[in-house]
Amino acid sequence: METVAVSDMGLALANIILLTILFVVGIAIARLRSLFAIVMLSGVYSLVSATWFVMLDAVDVAFTEAAVGAGLSTALLLGGMLLTSRTAKAEKPFARLAPFIVVLVTGAILIYASVDLPALGDPDSPVNTGVGREYLERHYGEMGFPNVVTSILASYRGFDTLGETAVVFTAGLAVALLLGFGERSLAESIRKGGRK
Amino acid sequence: MNPDHHVILRVVAKTLIPLITLYAFYVQFHGDYSPGGGFQAGVIFAVGIILYALIFGVSSALRLVPPTFTRGLAAAGVLLYAGVGIWALFGGGNYLEYGALVDEPEGGHHGQHIGIILIELGVLFGVAGSMLTIFYAFAGRVAEISDEDW
Repeated sequence: METVAVSDMGLALANIILLTILFVVGIAIARLRSLFAIVMLSGVYSLVSATWFVMLDAVDVAFTEAAVGAGLSTALLLGGMLLTSRTAKAEKPFARLAPFIVVLVTGAILIYASVDLPALGDPDSPVNTGVGREYLERHYGEMGFPNVVTSILASYRGFDTLGETAVVFTAGLAVALLLGFGERSLAESIRKGGRK
Repeated sequence: MNPDHHVILRVVAKTLIPLITLYAFYVQFHGDYSPGGGFQAGVIFAVGIILYALIFGVSSALRLVPPTFTRGLAAAGVLLYAGVGIWALFGGGNYLEYGALVDEPEGGHHGQHIGIILIELGVLFGVAGSMLTIFYAFAGRVAEISDEDW
């Protein structure tokens, strides 16, 4: 019984530390003007949130967050940064007042709503009863492999995942259509650079 | 630019990039047993190529993985996924009903396994191709990244 209490204390401590780091990084991102530092800090933010997702036992989500948030989107944001200037424009005083009020009100509403949330891992919460429990009970007999996340994403909700793949494809297509397919402009600039 | 300026970076990247690519395939084919799957594997694969592009230059990456290939890969992934659904229709099941892919007795898992491996491959191709296309669209507009740009 005592060890359970100790591990709960450790979890709570780690939660507090990770959320504090997230808070500090968020404030730093909001206050910085150098785009390179902001891109790097958003990578740090993703990595810390991935660690926090692991603490919540959401390993698949943590994996995705680490790969997409810290790896890919940092590289893409760096690529986007190179197309523009390196620092953000200085803002007028009080220009952030209205967004600050919106954020404050939204945060207050969310905190008020979180009081009614079921405890993390509560077996009687709506997430863990109904369809969630049904998947957990049936998937091994129907699929024959242990990872329930894969069986939900790929089989039970296969049609949704098809839609998601189509969304990713459409995003790639749209960016390529808007920015050009890349190789043409690159080839041109290499030719220009080679001439001089 | 001094060609030996980033020698440590290049040596480290040369060892890391094959490992990253190999890890992407591990995540892909071990997705039934451990966290991960086609989406994560596709992203990790794309990150390996992007790392190569950042360190050895976009033009060498464009020679290694041409943009026509990434576009085709993305389209082929979505088509493979949708094609599995149509294959299930021909097998007499509903769209994407993997149990109808093969003839097997009640309670068999082969249809599920074949279907999931194929659609995860579709997701891998679709995601890796799309991400690389997006990266090339951004990076292809900047000819050469000089050290002062950072």
